[in-house]
Amino acid sequence: MYAQMVKSTGETVVAKEKLSPKEREFQDRIDRGEKIEPKDWMPEEYRKNLIRQIGQHAHSEIVGQLPEGNWITRAPTLERKANLLAKVQDEAGHGLYLYCAAETLGVSRDELFDMLHKGKMKYSSIFNYPTLTWADMGAIGWLVDGAAIMNQVPLQRTSYGPYARAMVRICKEESFHQRQGFQIMLTMAQGTEDQKRMAQDALNRFWYPSLMMFGPSDKDSVHSAQSMAWKIKMNSNDELRQKFVDEIAPQAAFLGLNIPDDDLVWNEKTGHHDYSEPDWDEFFQVISGNGPCNKERLDARKKAWNDGAWVRDGMLAHARKKAMRKVAE
Amino acid sequence: MLVLGHRTSEWCGVAPALEEDIALANIALDLIGQAKLWLEYAGEVEDAERTANTLAFRRDFYDFRNLLMLELPNEDYARTIIRHFLFDAFQVPWLEALAASSDETISSIGQKTVKEANYHLERSQDTVVALGDGTEESNTRMQKALHDLWPYAGEMFQDDEIDRMMQGESIAPLPSSMKKAWELRVERVFNDAFLILPDSDFSHSGGRQGIRHTEHLGHMLASMQFLQRAYPGASW
Repeated sequence: MYAQMVKSTGETVVAKEKLSPKEREFQDRIDRGEKIEPKDWMPEEYRKNLIRQIGQHAHSEIVGQLPEGNWITRAPTLERKANLLAKVQDEAGHGLYLYCAAETLGVSRDELFDMLHKGKMKYSSIFNYPTLTWADMGAIGWLVDGAAIMNQVPLQRTSYGPYARAMVRICKEESFHQRQGFQIMLTMAQGTEDQKRMAQDALNRFWYPSLMMFGPSDKDSVHSAQSMAWKIKMNSNDELRQKFVDEIAPQAAFLGLNIPDDDLVWNEKTGHHDYSEPDWDEFFQVISGNGPCNKERLDARKKAWNDGAWVRDGMLAHARKKAMRKVAE
Repeated sequence: MLVLGHRTSEWCGVAPALEEDIALANIALDLIGQAKLWLEYAGEVEDAERTANTLAFRRDFYDFRNLLMLELPNEDYARTIIRHFLFDAFQVPWLEALAASSDETISSIGQKTVKEANYHLERSQDTVVALGDGTEESNTRMQKALHDLWPYAGEMFQDDEIDRMMQGESIAPLPSSMKKAWELRVERVFNDAFLILPDSDFSHSGGRQGIRHTEHLGHMLASMQFLQRAYPGASW
């Protein structure tokens, strides 16, 4: 999940009878499954929550370019290089759709960037882990994009129209990325001893951080109720995490790789896998800035933004001059 | 193509704006795709069972045949854009000429890739004009980049024995025959961009023959070829 710690302002859902007529009408529209569009009236809190959620998601896409970008120049074949480049380009594209969706709520891309750079907005914790071998490109596609899809498929039905439509496009591309990642893992798991070692090591390092992508356990996630009533969050964190584990466990077995959890077993009674929770202390550390790559990721984004300032200014100045010259003619 | 594609791909994730990031990735993808076509055909002509990947990932620097200008580091966005423009302005007429080659494969690769090159030229040309015209800072940076790259541009038009042989068989024209039209275009665009052409005819040479490379190519190959070198025989 790319928006894992969206702090909703309303901790509990306000009973319908306590809502103002306008708010009630709004909630009724959502309950009927209607889409809310940019020009429609919406409660201020709904707008704010959506900006946080879409913003986090957009930031995750562009920060998410960095760990994979780290391997573009070292991709092992021309085909893999092109695939990875195209994938990271898709992420920039997803960032663009999402910033556009956020703009319809009255916040500009520059403002959102500014909040990211100042540490006022977050991005997914997963991108604060380093990519150390080529197998990490497989693990990210398979696990990280896999987890993102789990969360984003239901968001195609989210109540806010522009967000839902962005999700439809994004999901199509994400499932392609996931297949591509699985393919890399498969090639390596069936490859030489060195490649198998890389594949297993990548799974070891990315397993728990992937589980963290769904956000804290439901018992510690007090902010979900209002978001769920507004249909900007469609499933609980634990529900999605369980679905993910159930999907990935047989795939890992197929690859001949071991998920680094001795307690992971199929439970006949529940019809699901039992599994160990990730280390939530680590999660909160990473989310609050102390992950292995937080500083590097943010510094890289800030550097790109600052280094590019003269280019953006130059383009704008040229566009203005061109318009002036047209008027003068 | 491979070398410039690689350099361009280094921008992925850190370009000045999302739109630029996406556009540069597109260009890098085109160039890597083109490199693959040319290297596949080179392997076929050589007939020594070397694939496009072997040629890309298993040759050392002295077997690389590329323009020196393309292996220089990106440095900043100004150099990136000026380099693309100088190169694209040569590539379009060059590929158009190759499209008429007596060699069927070269002709078909020329026809396919000239469409991409046209788009690249249109974009790099517009960006040169925008940033040359833009602000004082963008103009200064573009002027500096032009000054730095100019001594490498002439290499595109130097003929060697192989060029003369290819011309003899109507496979490709002489690079030198492309120079006049290139100069006219470049002068016009730099004029529109308020950039001054350096007053020098000097040009570095040797990259296309593998006689000389810059120190930068070795570093590029060290990262590009790492996996194929460290784990020979593995498939990826």
